[in-house]
Amino acid sequence: MDAILLQLLNGLDKGSAYALIALGLTLIFGTLGVVNFAHGALFMIGAFCAVTLSKIFTLSHKAAEPSGTDFLGNPKFEDVLYIKEWFGDAAGAWLLDWSVPLSILFAIPIMLAIGFIMERGLIKHFYKRPHADQILVTFGLAIVLQEVIKYFYGANPIPTAAPEAFRGSFDFGVLLGFDPNAIIYPYWRLIYFAFSALIIGGVFAFLQFTTFGMVVRAGMADRETVGLLGINIDKRFTIMFGIAAAVAGLAGVMYAPINSPNYHMGMDFLVLSFVVVVVGGMGSLPGAVLAGFLLGILESFASMNEVKDILPGIDQIIIYVVAIIILLTRPRGLMGRKGVMEE
Amino acid sequence: MSFSNLTRRGVIKTGAVAGAGLALPTYLSAAAHSGFTNAPTGDTVTLGFNVPQSGPYADEGADELRAFELAVEHLNGQGDGGMLSTFSSKALEGNGIMGKKVQFVTGDTQTKSDAARASAQSMIQKDGAIMISGGSSSGVAVAVQGLCQEAGVIFMAGLTHSNDTTGKDKKANGFRHFFNAYMSAAALAPVLKNLYGDDRKVYSLTADYTWGWTQQESIQAATEAMGWETINDVRTPLAATDFSSYIAPVLNSGADVLVLNHYGGNMVNSLTNAVQFGLRDKQVNGKNFEIVVPLYSELMARGAGKNIAGIVGSQNWDWKLENEKGDRYKGTNAFVKSFGEKYGFPPSQAAQTCYAQTLLYADAVARAQSFNPCAVVEALEGYEFDGLGNGPTLYRAGDHQCFKDVVVVRGKENPENEFDLVEIVEVTPAEQVTYPVDHPMFAGGELGDCNPGA
Repeated sequence: MDAILLQLLNGLDKGSAYALIALGLTLIFGTLGVVNFAHGALFMIGAFCAVTLSKIFTLSHKAAEPSGTDFLGNPKFEDVLYIKEWFGDAAGAWLLDWSVPLSILFAIPIMLAIGFIMERGLIKHFYKRPHADQILVTFGLAIVLQEVIKYFYGANPIPTAAPEAFRGSFDFGVLLGFDPNAIIYPYWRLIYFAFSALIIGGVFAFLQFTTFGMVVRAGMADRETVGLLGINIDKRFTIMFGIAAAVAGLAGVMYAPINSPNYHMGMDFLVLSFVVVVVGGMGSLPGAVLAGFLLGILESFASMNEVKDILPGIDQIIIYVVAIIILLTRPRGLMGRKGVMEE
Repeated sequence: MSFSNLTRRGVIKTGAVAGAGLALPTYLSAAAHSGFTNAPTGDTVTLGFNVPQSGPYADEGADELRAFELAVEHLNGQGDGGMLSTFSSKALEGNGIMGKKVQFVTGDTQTKSDAARASAQSMIQKDGAIMISGGSSSGVAVAVQGLCQEAGVIFMAGLTHSNDTTGKDKKANGFRHFFNAYMSAAALAPVLKNLYGDDRKVYSLTADYTWGWTQQESIQAATEAMGWETINDVRTPLAATDFSSYIAPVLNSGADVLVLNHYGGNMVNSLTNAVQFGLRDKQVNGKNFEIVVPLYSELMARGAGKNIAGIVGSQNWDWKLENEKGDRYKGTNAFVKSFGEKYGFPPSQAAQTCYAQTLLYADAVARAQSFNPCAVVEALEGYEFDGLGNGPTLYRAGDHQCFKDVVVVRGKENPENEFDLVEIVEVTPAEQVTYPVDHPMFAGGELGDCNPGA
């Protein structure tokens, strides 16, 4: 029982990353009709926003006086952090410790700008082109973006720690009457889950309860009619692309302490996220979220030793098996609409 | 189809092109007349360095390449000479190899077997490389070693740790200076017993490919021999990035030690996840929960940051060896000085093994007074040397594996900088990690005969 609860928790956590990325993908597909293979790269750039802010906070100059010798026996000059010089030791250390949550504020304008530039500079030229062209150009863009990141940050993963207060794990088992250590879960992963729920809720509320959102939803349903009403739907869709990029970026920022960011982390998530979107139903926002959590949970259960004993290797293929079953039984996905990608 | 366009001139042209095409492989396999592949004819000799220049191991590849460049510099008599001054053999005189200036070409393995074979093949056929070295994965090493055997050139393996490279996949033309999974386990077991006692229950996660399997088999055999019990081993996909679903059940399994048979990105992520789950802060069976990473990579350990604190593992070499363990490891400081002054930071174990391999190849040619691969094989087989940073070392004739001391390290609690992440716990003498050529974990393959190619 405790093992099942633990994997359920784990699945919700895994699913929150899938759901966030798939949500952004669906937003772009639903509004602009573009299959954006560069979406994983946006997730990766988000994580590197966290890396960048922490690098900015650790900018330093050499101390005037040497303190000991370096590995070659030459005089060693300690690094003095500007941040500690400017704000004092305590405030400097606090900023450094909280650099990941603070990166959210740093990442939002950057991701909106990247989304805007991507859409206006490249993707808008592909609206009327076949999906295959869109996939090729966005996939190419993803490779370019990851090579740019690799050029500046190297190929190695870069550790980006969560604030001290959120390291360690919480013992759920004790709370539920199990033995200690039966169900433990890291604080930061719980925060990630809560954060993604907040973002998903925010996006839905924005689309549901604002006039802007209402117009966007109308445009997703019938772009032509909305245009005929004199509404500049293209401009709103460009803003939605920026918002989708920001959602992917924020998912990346908060993911940085979970696994050290590296330049190809976007590709690791990309294929999975597409499966999530297809299972959820192309163009369906609730479908993307539902499928994200569903596949996260299934993947976690498939990793259980008891399951692997019966079906060896199932953890490696479960997501694709589910995708095949769903597509065979519900070709439009769990919550797909008629007519999407069927012309 | 109509053949009406056939003309005499056309037939001659086509024939000439086809003839040239057919002759090409013979031409590219080079110098058939000289008795072996790519025999150097001018006043230069070309070495091929096949390292990951793209993909997740690119930083490790870059460090290997730095070491190769340094080795070539030293062979050609430039720079401060590095380990040439400490190397026990004095056959190299800083005038290239047998008076021929050393030049090199590089290939990108991408850490993919097929790409690595293609780049090695290109360096052999197009650039005339007479020796291939480098690499950062056992899958790649085994593939390129096989290719070099077929092509008739020497393969001086880079970073490859699977037992198979000098076990079931060993080849006469291939040589490994780096240690292997068996040696890691044999070196670690007594240290682990000292640190954590002889009554421990192990849960291991193993990367699902050749290196992971041999590492798991080796560490399980070594730890069980000293009384530990293995309660579970879970294979994890090589492509996995989030290990939470594999780590989550560990604490409730009754195990008090987690062994991570992971390398590179897998190691960074699984270790980070394990520490996130608070495993190192827990007590199980009345003992502190411990994590062991049998093969450390300092370069990748940087990616795990503070999470490596207190984690025990093994290395082929460490740049602090001579300073901390004395003159036995001479050569270390000379290499660190050359490398550090040129590049501004200390070398990794991948860099040291690649540098040593290049010198060992050049030295073997100089001693044999021939570039013929079979002469080089003969010169390296059973060769005992010293002064390359690892202490007295033997290149065993039976399997072309180097036998030398193994360094057991532990992640520092408070590292001073990103190059000083581990402390040396102990150096296990070569005798304790030596095994017979026909050891069951290395059984299955034949060294065969050397192939001079051409």
